Amino acid sequence: MSEKLTRFFASRWGIILAGAVIGVLAPLLQKLGNPPNMGICVACFERDIAGALGLHRASVVQYLRPEIIGFVLGAMIAAYLFGEFKARAGSAPIVRFFLGVFAMIGALAFLGCPWRALLRLAGGDLNAILGLAGLTTGIAIGVWFLKSGYNLGRATRTYTAVGWIMPLFMLGLLLLRIFQPQFSKDGPIFFSQSGPGSLHAPLLISLGFGLIIGFLAQRTRFCTMGAIRDVILIRDFHLISGVGALLVVAFIMNLILGQVHFGFAGQPIAHSSYLWNFLGMTLAGLAFALAGGCPGRQLFLSGEGDGDAAVFVLGMIVGAAFSHNFALAGSPDKVVEGVVQTGGLTPAGMIAVVLGLIICIAIGFTMREKSAS
Amino acid sequence: MAQLVDARGLSCPQPVLLTKKAIAAGQFPIEVLVDTVTSRENVRRMAEASGYTVQVEQIGEEFKLTIRK
Repeated sequence: MSEKLTRFFASRWGIILAGAVIGVLAPLLQKLGNPPNMGICVACFERDIAGALGLHRASVVQYLRPEIIGFVLGAMIAAYLFGEFKARAGSAPIVRFFLGVFAMIGALAFLGCPWRALLRLAGGDLNAILGLAGLTTGIAIGVWFLKSGYNLGRATRTYTAVGWIMPLFMLGLLLLRIFQPQFSKDGPIFFSQSGPGSLHAPLLISLGFGLIIGFLAQRTRFCTMGAIRDVILIRDFHLISGVGALLVVAFIMNLILGQVHFGFAGQPIAHSSYLWNFLGMTLAGLAFALAGGCPGRQLFLSGEGDGDAAVFVLGMIVGAAFSHNFALAGSPDKVVEGVVQTGGLTPAGMIAVVLGLIICIAIGFTMREKSAS
Repeated sequence: MAQLVDARGLSCPQPVLLTKKAIAAGQFPIEVLVDTVTSRENVRRMAEASGYTVQVEQIGEEFKLTIRK
């Protein structure tokens, strides 16, 4: 039975099911309180977690997002039920940490991870096309490195407890979310009173949907980066059929829920600075490709015992702190007295994206096995 | 003599890439060692899609895939 289910989840229909379920649940989360075109955004939600912990003080993006907690724990439950929980670590963790940092800086320049890029497009935000084009470009650069021998080396089996660290950290965050302690006057835990951080679905729904998605994604290996990478690298359309299902189903859901508004300017929590939407996601795509997974996939891997993926996740959380402390993140378009003011990056943000690209390319060049052709 | 591909500890897409390289070398059968179900399914899917037969054997917590023409 377990083997039969495993074969189903590994099949084309399995991955389509996972994409479709995300496509249903994400717009519903938005309807139930999450920010516009942000039913789920792994980068944004990790950024909110960084804010809630006080790692950055951008007061509008602070919340302990239960979806992220659910992703890790749902994946862990699935991995245990199907005998796939396997603690492993040791594949260049310090490199993965910085790939996480720069992935986040790139994603926050665009204002979203690949999942949100798809959900933004499904909500009519055409800037997402630039983001997805950038993502594809970044992944294509990563594929070139993979073809020329890039890899971060082998992970090795390790103590089961190593694999439990990230899930336990998530459980800790869940306790902080439930009890909302305040550690000092004017100190964390911070929850936004206004802005995107203040918009959220009820705790149990966010957590429940997160668990369902975490479970399904662990079984099917859903990965937005892997989807594009596999098409470019080996002409394999397996994963991308899940991504396609997500996009189509989310669009239909948004139509039903009245959440589609086509256009470039003035889209919710988005800017229409085309170049930086493109380059931000180019950086993110390259970092994901070099690290072997999109931010969602890194969470699911952390849930099944992958200590290296867990380090990438911590890198993203720290990257979010840098992004907001140093004003590197994109600012959304604003409507002032009926006129749309285009948002975008500060000069520091632009420099950070370019610097990130240079560093990731350097990682790609310098971490190639000599023997590979 | 079988070609041996040791992809244990490597994360995707490395196991698939190494297997493709072995297939290109043209000497069959090819034995691929992997240590996660994800790698097992990815290598199997790629090899079957390319028209080869794949036999899977579980050895402890690892897998040996034998790929034949």
